[in-house]
Amino acid sequence: MSPVLESVFRSAAFLGLFAVVGTSLIDWTHHQTQKRIAENERTALLQRFHELIPAAWYDNDILSDKRVIGDKGFPESPSSITVYRIRKYQTNVAVVIATQAPDGYNGTIKLLVAIRENGELVGVRVVAHRETPGLGDGIEESRSNWVRQFAGRSLDRPYENGWAVKRDGGVFDQFTGATITPRAIVNAVRRTLIYYRNYKTELFE
Amino acid sequence: MSKYREIIQNGLWKNNQAMVALLGLCPLLAVSNTVINSLGLGLATTLTLVASNVIVSLIRNRIPKEIRLPIFVLIIASIVTIVELLMNAYFFKLYKILGIFIPLIVTNCAILGRAEAFAIKNPVDLAFLDGLFMGIGFTFALVFLGALREAIGFGTLLDHANLMFGAAANNWKIVLISDYKGFLLAILPPGAFIGLGFLIAIKNIIDAKQQKKSLGNEDTMQIMSTKPGTG
Repeated sequence: MSPVLESVFRSAAFLGLFAVVGTSLIDWTHHQTQKRIAENERTALLQRFHELIPAAWYDNDILSDKRVIGDKGFPESPSSITVYRIRKYQTNVAVVIATQAPDGYNGTIKLLVAIRENGELVGVRVVAHRETPGLGDGIEESRSNWVRQFAGRSLDRPYENGWAVKRDGGVFDQFTGATITPRAIVNAVRRTLIYYRNYKTELFE
Repeated sequence: MSKYREIIQNGLWKNNQAMVALLGLCPLLAVSNTVINSLGLGLATTLTLVASNVIVSLIRNRIPKEIRLPIFVLIIASIVTIVELLMNAYFFKLYKILGIFIPLIVTNCAILGRAEAFAIKNPVDLAFLDGLFMGIGFTFALVFLGALREAIGFGTLLDHANLMFGAAANNWKIVLISDYKGFLLAILPPGAFIGLGFLIAIKNIIDAKQQKKSLGNEDTMQIMSTKPGTG
């Protein structure tokens, strides 16, 4: 073997050795932390749910009793939507729909929309967004009460034209300097309610 | 002894990675909007820096010189992935906030820089110390910038400390100005650049003053002898 080739192989072997050691360490850590990470994620999701749905409302495993539906009815929505079903004594109580408002000021806003069986909103929470800090981030429950105004509303409260921000002639507040963000959420919530009305039976199936 | 002192001084002040070397700007500017975010990223970076320095120093005599850089990158990337997993498991809420910035530590030139400039040439104890104090110096700059931006941007300090220190820290939040409307510029990226600019300026002023003090006597004598009566 020529000396050049030999040095190439030696270097490659060294690099390979480090790759193997590094990967094994990562893999080992991954195994050690995997369970805890999954548990963390579960707890976090459950905590989000409990902000909307009291524990007394259900006796099913709400995180597993879910259904992923396609884009039907949400033409603007790029990805599929997960519906979590809330039931007690095998009776349908409510659904939590993990949906999104695709038209936020800075891209998609992820939402949880909780709807009672009769079509009345339990509440809405913003899960993830990239709206401007200090302007659009009032949609976070921890920053302002804005998102709480959805509780108790439904498709006939207010009626059709009322489902818009005040600047567009509706009943929902906007923020000073930020109309696009609230508008996106109001529209997304309204679409979700319409979807629920149209496909209620399927959603609980 | 003086060698240790020099390393500590270099890390904290003279060759501060954030304020002098200007390395690691990407995470520095992206995450420094509050004290707690800064502290979280600073500690994660310090941990990576120490681990990388120690490992590089341990193997410094074994690795072929021509492939040392790929090996450094491999080591650093492995460490960062492990730090990320550990944070996800044990500081979940903080991870949710810093999560997308943790992988950026891989590209923090400060870490590769210390491996190449220091760890590869020095024994383990010195490499450890260098990593630790370079990390602490970086964290200090980050936290200072974070405090500046949080105070001006939100009017608070130490908000959300519970993400890092648990429920005990729930009331650590200091409201500097109550009913403050916030100052958007400080929170957005331009605020980070301006803030860092001020930080560097302050450091330079302090350095200049110190230099003047140490040269003080000779200077004044010189001035007096060459230009008497002016000014």
